[in-house]
Amino acid sequence: MSAAGHSENGGTPLPVLSKADFSSDQETRWCPGCGDYAILASVQGLMPELGVPPDKIVFVTGIGCAGRFVYYMDTYGMHGIHGRAPALATGVATSRPDLSVWVVSGDGDALSIGGNHLIHALRRNVPLKILLFNNQIYGLTKGQYSPTSEEGKVTKSTPFGSQDHPFNPVSLALGAEATFVARTVDTDKKHQAEVLRAAAAHRGAAFVEIYQNCNVFNDGAFDAVRAKGQREQNQIPLEHGRPVRFGLDGERGVMRGKDGRLELVDVADVGEHALLVHDVKRSEPSLAFELAHLAAQPTGPTPIGVFRSVERPIYGEQLQEALEESRAGVGKQQLEELLHSGDTWSVD
Amino acid sequence: MAEKTVEKLDRVVVRFAGDSGDGMQLTGSRFTDATAVVGNDLATLPDFPAEIRAPAGTPHGVSAFQIHFASRDILTPGDHPNVLVAMNPAALITQLAAVEKGGTVIVNEDGFTDHNLRKAGYPSNPLDDDTLDDFQVFRVPMTSMTVRATEGIEGISSRDAARSKNLFALGLVSWMYGRPTTPTVDWVEKKFADRPEVKAANLAAFRAGYNFGETAELLAVHYEVDPAPAPPGTYRNVNGTQALAYGLIAASVQSGLQLFLASYPITPASELLHALSRHQRFGVRTIQAEDEIAAANMALGAAFSGHLGVTATSGPGMDLKAETIGLAVAMELPLVVVDIQRAGPSTGMPTKTEAADLLMALYGRHGESPLPVIAACTPGDCFDAAIEAARIAVTHRTPVILLADTFLANSSEPWRLPDVSSLPAIDPDFAGAPNDGDAFMPYLRDDNLARPWAIPGTPGLRHRIGGLEKEERTGNISYEPANHDYMTRLRSERIARVEVPDVEVDDPDGDAGLLVLGWGSSYGAIQGAARRLRREDGLKVATAHIRHLNPMPGNVGEVLRAYERVLVPEMNLGQLATLLRAEHLIDIESYTKVDGLPILTRDVMEQVRERLA
Repeated sequence: MSAAGHSENGGTPLPVLSKADFSSDQETRWCPGCGDYAILASVQGLMPELGVPPDKIVFVTGIGCAGRFVYYMDTYGMHGIHGRAPALATGVATSRPDLSVWVVSGDGDALSIGGNHLIHALRRNVPLKILLFNNQIYGLTKGQYSPTSEEGKVTKSTPFGSQDHPFNPVSLALGAEATFVARTVDTDKKHQAEVLRAAAAHRGAAFVEIYQNCNVFNDGAFDAVRAKGQREQNQIPLEHGRPVRFGLDGERGVMRGKDGRLELVDVADVGEHALLVHDVKRSEPSLAFELAHLAAQPTGPTPIGVFRSVERPIYGEQLQEALEESRAGVGKQQLEELLHSGDTWSVD
Repeated sequence: MAEKTVEKLDRVVVRFAGDSGDGMQLTGSRFTDATAVVGNDLATLPDFPAEIRAPAGTPHGVSAFQIHFASRDILTPGDHPNVLVAMNPAALITQLAAVEKGGTVIVNEDGFTDHNLRKAGYPSNPLDDDTLDDFQVFRVPMTSMTVRATEGIEGISSRDAARSKNLFALGLVSWMYGRPTTPTVDWVEKKFADRPEVKAANLAAFRAGYNFGETAELLAVHYEVDPAPAPPGTYRNVNGTQALAYGLIAASVQSGLQLFLASYPITPASELLHALSRHQRFGVRTIQAEDEIAAANMALGAAFSGHLGVTATSGPGMDLKAETIGLAVAMELPLVVVDIQRAGPSTGMPTKTEAADLLMALYGRHGESPLPVIAACTPGDCFDAAIEAARIAVTHRTPVILLADTFLANSSEPWRLPDVSSLPAIDPDFAGAPNDGDAFMPYLRDDNLARPWAIPGTPGLRHRIGGLEKEERTGNISYEPANHDYMTRLRSERIARVEVPDVEVDDPDGDAGLLVLGWGSSYGAIQGAARRLRREDGLKVATAHIRHLNPMPGNVGEVLRAYERVLVPEMNLGQLATLLRAEHLIDIESYTKVDGLPILTRDVMEQVRERLA
């Protein structure tokens, strides 16, 4: 712990934590230049803001490069098997609502082998913060196409081009009725911090897709929204309650066209009043869904930010409280009564 | 009223059989409860198809329930029924072969229509030809008598009324064997309290059946089976599923750990999920997971967080959980995996029993992945086995596989309630402080070679664990050759060190030449066979039972070598026999049976006679 401050009630000093308090002593071993470094720094930087002591934080990961994330966080952590992190984390979060539980996963881990657990954690609204590092490739196994790779992708396992239609992770999460869905970019520090902060503040399951560059096996996949000189034109920042505008000077925008579909327009042509106003609180997900489909792939104008943030009861939260209360009142005597319930008879 | 003779019997096996929609399981379980009240010892065997409603009247839609009750201690649901109640031709054609020659067959005459005879595959009516010559046959028009008995009950059509014919059969057989009516009447009144017309119809059918027995000229004899002598205590009936549920709850109480069960619906293990989901009072948390893999992971996540993590399944689910169980082996966390074995491979026969998951429990994961395996031997023993599995898991920080089977799960017997104060204590012994100066070493070990269980929220004990090989003490990832060799041997050694009681041998004169050694639910058949062989044939035969399959009791080798011949009956193709041969280089004789039904006392007797007589 780096320093000590004082709690609001003037009593016991509460420790003031810094990024270093959340960094483990393990040497980070991702490839030099990997987007994961930037995300790790963001997450470690955000943690002190949460006001949750590291002892109450649990990171859970699966297999893949993102799986190593857990070893670099000085919190409690479980590095599980391929694809199952949301299920492991569901066990942690439902049994211990006092903990802050984070899942870190990749596109292969979360969307291919673990797709089932992801959608069920989202639809149950388990209080998990799920960070999906999407690099559109299998990195740890050295370069096979992933469920988010574009059609025609040439990789070691698809020398003639992939024939698979890719998942749009935001669309998938919305389809699973996730209550919080967002997207950000690994190297965009400020935006990433805002999105992660909003995810952390969300009560319930929060899903964040992070475009993460794999500079070894899929370099440049997100250049349109990540590289200097392109991102300024292509990032469509979503802000709640604001007209959706993008471009260097906000000269472009999103409007609902005559046929009901969303269109990219020049603001000068239609006027700002004609633009779509973003609303993350809409209970039905159709607007978020439409925004998710503005870009099939992040190769042109692509929305980033919070797509949806709504309230729904948190999975099992009240139940766990009730169970703990009930359990406090039972012991050997109640066990004895339980065993003797039903029809019994005595032999002397 | 005709004079009725009362005859005393010391044991009876009755089988109720009908269409799967005829309510035979209900009939059987009601008869069982009334029998328990009499104080007979008893054992039951439900046997039903996997289809919820197979085509009515067909042989594969037949549902049966067998009960063995006696005035002495019995161990199995009986080999061959003395009495068969057949509600239709399909029930008769599928069950008759099992009935003892000279036994009693009670048929619902109304069920023997041309249509039903054809569906069952009878070319002519077996009630009219010589099919039943070897049996004492009672033809009772149960359906029509039920309909008559329920006439005048408002809101009941004759079609609805006919559905109560199982209660007529229950009434009739209850009279035949002097079963008290109160337990059944009370049950019907409670069960159908909200549906007065159904309650009235069922009670009328039950009374009609009972009174028919008493008054009709047809049945001249009824029987009495005296209470069985039993050790003093309070008893109740349990099946293996209930006993497992109670055992897991008891383990939760004894350890102070909240019970967390995650399961995916699967026959026959769903019943345990149902049973435990009713016990929120004990803080039991149940989750119906999205799949078997998720269930295992949720339980493991809860275990990491300081709960008693349990997942329950049957064969196909075990296949899916294998990788997660391996993760628990690497993480060295307590986890109880209940495998209620059923006939395989693949989907196999979901409602039929088998004990062919032994080698899978021991070895069915990649890499060297040792864990304790324990198998329950009777329905009541499921209670103790569950506590034992939880105790080993918690104190040794390891996944434990608890094996039961379909037969144990569904079968019921009188269970002498344990004295709660005598149940073993289970100490989770959570880590509370650094264990290496100011540092916390998650893989530093105690005398049992178990590592500390430090749960999230404990100040200063933050650590990360996973499936990657880890360095001893620090738990840091390590691919060092010497470390992996060390850790692999250590994981093996720490399971080998789990304390396990010696095998007890039952050899009354101490000079038997043949040892019959079993595991799991063959216990009853082996014990029963040995008693009868000694009593009826004067044969010298010893028995022993292995409850802990890994690690095995330390004296197994010595016990095996003490006998000239060793016979191992199993409901698989010789899995324990293979293990024992490999480990002890002894020429085990294997008797195997994989027909989806429990091993019978008679099977074991024949095997022993072949060898000794």
